[in-house]
Amino acid sequence: MDLVPGVLRGETVPIARLLSCAEAADDASRPALARIFEHTGKAHVVGITGVPGSGKSTLTAVLAEEFANSGRKVGIIAVDPSSPFSGGSILGDRIRMADIAMNPNVFIRSMATRGAMGGLSRGCLDAVDILDAAGFDIILIETVGVGQDEIEIVQAAHTVIVASAPGLGDEIQAIKAGILEIADIHIVTKCDRSDSNRTILELKGMLKMGDLTKFVEGWEPKVIGTSSLRREGFEELAATIDRHRSYLETSGEIVKRRRKISETRMLKIAESLVRKRFYEERLGSISELCGQMERKKIAPDAAARQLLARINGE
Amino acid sequence: MKNAAAPIRVMMTKLGLDGHDRGVKIVARVLRDAGIDVIYAGLHRSPEEVVTAAIQEDVDVLGVSLLSGAHMPLFGRVLDLLKERNALHITVVGGGLMPDEDVAKLKEMGVADIMRQDSTPEQIVATIRRVVAERSDA
Repeated sequence: MDLVPGVLRGETVPIARLLSCAEAADDASRPALARIFEHTGKAHVVGITGVPGSGKSTLTAVLAEEFANSGRKVGIIAVDPSSPFSGGSILGDRIRMADIAMNPNVFIRSMATRGAMGGLSRGCLDAVDILDAAGFDIILIETVGVGQDEIEIVQAAHTVIVASAPGLGDEIQAIKAGILEIADIHIVTKCDRSDSNRTILELKGMLKMGDLTKFVEGWEPKVIGTSSLRREGFEELAATIDRHRSYLETSGEIVKRRRKISETRMLKIAESLVRKRFYEERLGSISELCGQMERKKIAPDAAARQLLARINGE
Repeated sequence: MKNAAAPIRVMMTKLGLDGHDRGVKIVARVLRDAGIDVIYAGLHRSPEEVVTAAIQEDVDVLGVSLLSGAHMPLFGRVLDLLKERNALHITVVGGGLMPDEDVAKLKEMGVADIMRQDSTPEQIVATIRRVVAERSDA
């Protein structure tokens, strides 16, 4: 069955079914995804990341409601980890989103990481295309709970939000390199808690230092306190996302971000194709070189170069 | 639609006024360990919420746990909604405490299988794999 026309009309069942094809990344679905790709480029893609338990899912739901209430269509891709052992997963972001699950302007899809580093699977980026082509104005990607330097979301989203929760660290955490540097907008969640002001001050302090050195030009990252429980701060957050979007467009920054996204996607797919080829066709070479490494006959770097040379030589 | 690269997708949920979720969580964990993607949709859900979520998630199997005794009307409503929304490609499987005669009736109504309290983890995984395989053959 051709799912593309239904997707372009914004119909739920074809959208959901094509998302499954994208997730499976099977060859049969490639022509459909290529047709979908021609219709993309209208949606604003917002990445929401942060450590586990920082409140990403809950805030994603309240933010989606804020946008949906202003008449915009919101697609949510909620990513949770796959088991490194069985490959299975428990995708539980949806239970934090029960309040918006029935909103006709909101579509929620849960996805597993499938072992992708940085928490973004290839299927996730194809899923953004499908929701974009289906007419969703805003697409929220909620990443897996990340550590300190899984920053891949930057290469997939137009606006990056980093959620920090109060009580998880001091100002030394805030000046470390890594995830905090990638945010266009910082959110301090759980602002119904009394220690949240300190977290807001520490983040603002960190950003101020960035200012002093004048490394940051153009958009200054914002810090916004939210309480999903009391639904506070979300009007400001939605308005700030819109302002960031207009900043990207008027400053020309959007062109750079789009280029980065294209590059990431292409390289990611190339990477997975190479990996697949290695495993399907070169298992012999791999095990032979591993054997040599274990006998200390060859160093890992030299082994990797030999493996690549063997592929190129054929 | 299924290929080897795509894990089976199962949504696990509880319908109505029934807060006993130990069982559904254990089943979710068992399926995860068998390499299945489990979307846990929580408890106290209405049939409308569950069907909307199952369609958006395009699950292969909608697994509903019920220990409240209200299985006949609730499963009936779920099956009606799936039909109404053109989503009969989703297979419904039930779990919980139910009398034999109700199990027979539910199967007639279109529930693919019912797993009761004496089901072992192996049986649960095997049942899920079987109903998905039967669906793909059809």
